[in-house]
Amino acid sequence: MADDAANGVGMPQLDLSTFSNQIFWLIVTLFVLYYVMSRVALPRVAAVLADRRGTITSDISAAEEFKLKAQAAEEAYHKAKADARAEANRIVEAAKAEMQAQLDVQIAKADAEISARTAESERRIREIRDSAMEMVSEVSKEATKDILEAFGAKADARSVNAAVSARLKEGA
Amino acid sequence: MEGDIAEMGKFIGVGLTAIGMGGAAIGVGNIAGNFLSGALRNPSAAAGQTAMLFIGIAFAEALGIFSFLVALLLMFAV
Amino acid sequence: MANESSGFEIRPMDQFEVKALFGGDISWYTPTNVTLWMALTVVAASVLMIYGARGRALVPTRAQSAAEMAYGFIYKMVEDVAGHDAVRFFPHIFTLFMFVLFANLLGLIPFAFTTTSHIAVTAVLALTVFLSVTALGFILNGTKFLGLFWVSSAPLALRPILALIELISYFARPISHSIRLAGAMMAGHAVAKVFAGFASALGAAFFVPVLAVTALYALELLVAVIQAYVFTILTCVYLRDALHPSH
Repeated sequence: MADDAANGVGMPQLDLSTFSNQIFWLIVTLFVLYYVMSRVALPRVAAVLADRRGTITSDISAAEEFKLKAQAAEEAYHKAKADARAEANRIVEAAKAEMQAQLDVQIAKADAEISARTAESERRIREIRDSAMEMVSEVSKEATKDILEAFGAKADARSVNAAVSARLKEGA
Repeated sequence: MEGDIAEMGKFIGVGLTAIGMGGAAIGVGNIAGNFLSGALRNPSAAAGQTAMLFIGIAFAEALGIFSFLVALLLMFAV
Repeated sequence: MANESSGFEIRPMDQFEVKALFGGDISWYTPTNVTLWMALTVVAASVLMIYGARGRALVPTRAQSAAEMAYGFIYKMVEDVAGHDAVRFFPHIFTLFMFVLFANLLGLIPFAFTTTSHIAVTAVLALTVFLSVTALGFILNGTKFLGLFWVSSAPLALRPILALIELISYFARPISHSIRLAGAMMAGHAVAKVFAGFASALGAAFFVPVLAVTALYALELLVAVIQAYVFTILTCVYLRDALHPSH
């Protein structure tokens, strides 16, 4: 501060003799900078930014499209799956029905055979029993006639037969 | 030290002017503190108000710089 | 300079001296260190915005990303603060921002000259903004621009007083606008210089002021960017007043 007087001024900012110089160069600088920025730099940066925005937008729309496609594919897959399941069910049902029908036919056939055989057997059993009964009554009549003849009695064939039949019927 | 009453007064004045910067410091601290307490209450609104924060700080700080400038003028230009 | 060796002498204002580059007297056209550092400001801004962004790549490099960030930041600021119709003044505001930002940042280089620490420079910047914004207000709105000073929401009796206050604050705008920037730049550099002077005076304890200067340098880096931001955003605020004077 002692040499303020020697320097002429303590604060260079207040040295009015340099003002015109600073202001002149400032104005030149501002014009140059404005020219460079507005003519060269800013349009370029703006173009790059617009370019990027366009790319991003188109990329996003492409992604949207792919997403839609994927959704459609998924829907088609689900539909095919449901169709296949229905088809499989239908086939299973048909096979079951066919098997049931065949089974029914077989069972009916087997039933018919069984009943036929049963009827046959019953018929034969009846025949055998009938013939056995015939033979019993025949033998009884013969034996009765023989017994009566052996006792010397004159046997009336008709009445003997009737009596034997009546007794047999009682016993049966 | 030779007695130069004018020089002494100048330095006392410079010292007094420096107090003004404390006022600016209080102001800036007040703004920042209030902004922070507001921002903590409603953090979603804070991001949009940082410009207002800086404008407020700039206004408060300008007054401190004025006192600093007066101090410099007293020191070097008077 | 002779008495520097004689004792404890710090000359924080010497760094702001305007010197002719090639000697001689300083007239209005003499190339000075002002010329040099302003030219470097233009070069630095152009390097970032043109050379840095030369690739025009879809996925930007670091420099291109910084250039695009500066562009987007100022564009959004103009749009948000000054309104959508202020976008046509975007190149002017961007130029202003770039100039102040790079002048502040280049001034932080040791031994550099800080052009924005001079009131002559910032006053011209602020007056340019003030005059063009005022002219714009009158051209676009006519006498309705005076509605800026006539607070219609206040009681009628208070309005003349408010108008006077508004008028004074309006004319105080360029003063605070310019002195804020110059003062912030000057203060930081002067304080750094004072601390550096302590380092040479303290001898063995030199590292204490050196650490302080380091911390201060970080703060100054922040201040340089914030002052450029504030200068620009205030320009946008003034521009909004000119475009939409009714508030």
